[in-house]
Amino acid sequence: MFHYAIRRALWLVPTLLAMALVTFLVMHATPGSPLDPVAEGANPLSPEAQKNLARAYGLDKPLYEQFVIFIVKAARFDFGTSFVYKTRTVAEILVETFPVSLLLGGMALALAVAGGLTLGILAAVYQNRGWDYVSVTLATFGVAVPNFVLAVFFIILFSFIIPLFPTGGWDSPRNWVLPTITLALGPMGVIARFTRASMLEVIRADYTRTARAKGLAERPVVFKHALKNALIPVVTLLGPMFAAVGTGSFFVESIFRVPGMGRFFVLSMTGRDYPMIMAVVLTYGVFLAIMNLVVDLLYGVLDPRIRY
Amino acid sequence: MAVTPAAATVGAVLPAPSFSSSSLMRDAFRRILRNKLAVVGGIVVILMVLIAIFADLLAPYSYTKTNFGRLNEPPTRDYLLGTDNLGRDLLSRMIYGARVSMLVGLGAQIIIVAIGVPIGALSGYVGGRVDLVLTRFVDVMYAFPRLLFVILVMSALGAGLMNIFIAIGLTGWVGIARQTRAQVLSLKEKEFVEGARALGAGFRRTLFKHVLPNALTPIVVSVTFGIPEAIFTEAALSFIGVGINPPTPSWGQMVGEGQQYLRSYWHLCVFPSIAIAITMLAFTFLGDGVRDALDPKLK
Repeated sequence: MFHYAIRRALWLVPTLLAMALVTFLVMHATPGSPLDPVAEGANPLSPEAQKNLARAYGLDKPLYEQFVIFIVKAARFDFGTSFVYKTRTVAEILVETFPVSLLLGGMALALAVAGGLTLGILAAVYQNRGWDYVSVTLATFGVAVPNFVLAVFFIILFSFIIPLFPTGGWDSPRNWVLPTITLALGPMGVIARFTRASMLEVIRADYTRTARAKGLAERPVVFKHALKNALIPVVTLLGPMFAAVGTGSFFVESIFRVPGMGRFFVLSMTGRDYPMIMAVVLTYGVFLAIMNLVVDLLYGVLDPRIRY
Repeated sequence: MAVTPAAATVGAVLPAPSFSSSSLMRDAFRRILRNKLAVVGGIVVILMVLIAIFADLLAPYSYTKTNFGRLNEPPTRDYLLGTDNLGRDLLSRMIYGARVSMLVGLGAQIIIVAIGVPIGALSGYVGGRVDLVLTRFVDVMYAFPRLLFVILVMSALGAGLMNIFIAIGLTGWVGIARQTRAQVLSLKEKEFVEGARALGAGFRRTLFKHVLPNALTPIVVSVTFGIPEAIFTEAALSFIGVGINPPTPSWGQMVGEGQQYLRSYWHLCVFPSIAIAITMLAFTFLGDGVRDALDPKLK
């Protein structure tokens, strides 16, 4: 187990390096250069001045050297200055916006897990009856309909028709409700579907029949014997769920004007703010890779049948 | 003596192969028809494809025709779904938007299959060092969140339909390659493959005639689910402004622009939202039906 954890953690390094390399290369392959005098609105610089600027920014160095510099700086969380918000460094913006995204994402994930498990269990226990249809319908909507479309429907329903919640902002917990629900529905649907399938399998297993045969009541049978075992495969879902909540936050934060990293990312896309784009992609990548590692290890702890 | 029953079984099974290849599909088709949701989904999908093909005939106006006298109008008799901020007919723009969605949904899958299936099959069938390199590569790609990577590639390539194909194709093949590899890996050990090889079938014949056709089911399922995913990706990209180039209409872009004026001009955002929701649900229902029909065990 310990050796496996170490090995898995060490695999993180090449994965992250590859991620950084891809990000770096893609950004470099982008046509146009900040020094390019042909670019629209660029300063008509003389070739000497261009050369000097390139040297000042290290752009005259060979590509691999630039990549090493990028990695070393990124490891120290130094991503340079934002192109759009010229007075602020990217790191400053991230420090400010990441906690907001983390709070939103955390709440959404908690809601998704709690709601998804509840719906999944209800659907399995009442298979092919009312609850099953309610939960399957909800899950299908959550899985199929993109969250920015759900957001539009929610705003119209719960802000315009029934004015319960504001259309956006992040000042008070009342602002948090709609973005959290919108972000949670997709992952919730996936978890509910998966839990339902897993529960159905376990409920038909021999040990569940044994538990019933012993004369146990329905409640302990479902929660103690069935659910415990049904949960194990659901845990593997958590990794992709982190990714879903992470990338989903781009859209939800944009629509609900949440001052988080996702919204800044979308704004930096339209502003072609390359330092910002690279930093956000790497931050998400690192965060998700670590979460995947944690989930993998957790899986091993929960399922004693898995040996490393 | 003990051989006789086995021989009899073989004799009984023998006629089957002459129509078995079409019978799996026919069985599956019959099972889909019994699934009401899948049928509804299928009908909606066919309608959407027809709308996309005949957009020129169906659209009452051109998607670029502006009418500056009637900006941001709610639905009227002239403009059934209203007009946008340039006085363009929303209905016409949505009809042409279907074309973009369907093109991306189907086109991206063709690219994904063309890249992913050969790589996965080769990796699984050849094994050894080729397999090791490819699996490592696929693992790293897999760790990268899909949408994030697509957005990154789009930000480098710039907006445009062709670039969307490239971005989705570059990132999407990984999943299908993984699946194909797993299938081929287990199939190549089966007796019928050994039998084919023993009968003198070469590398190519074994792989393409014997192994791959049997690996087809999960590939078909993955493609049916890949279509709505690609449609979603295009809508999401266009929503944040790195997808389709204006003035070509895209549903995602219309939602993205319309959501800023949701209170004053609700129609700009609501109708494209409904279109996306219906399309995504239809493809999901159809995909569920196809999966259940092709592999009842998977349910």
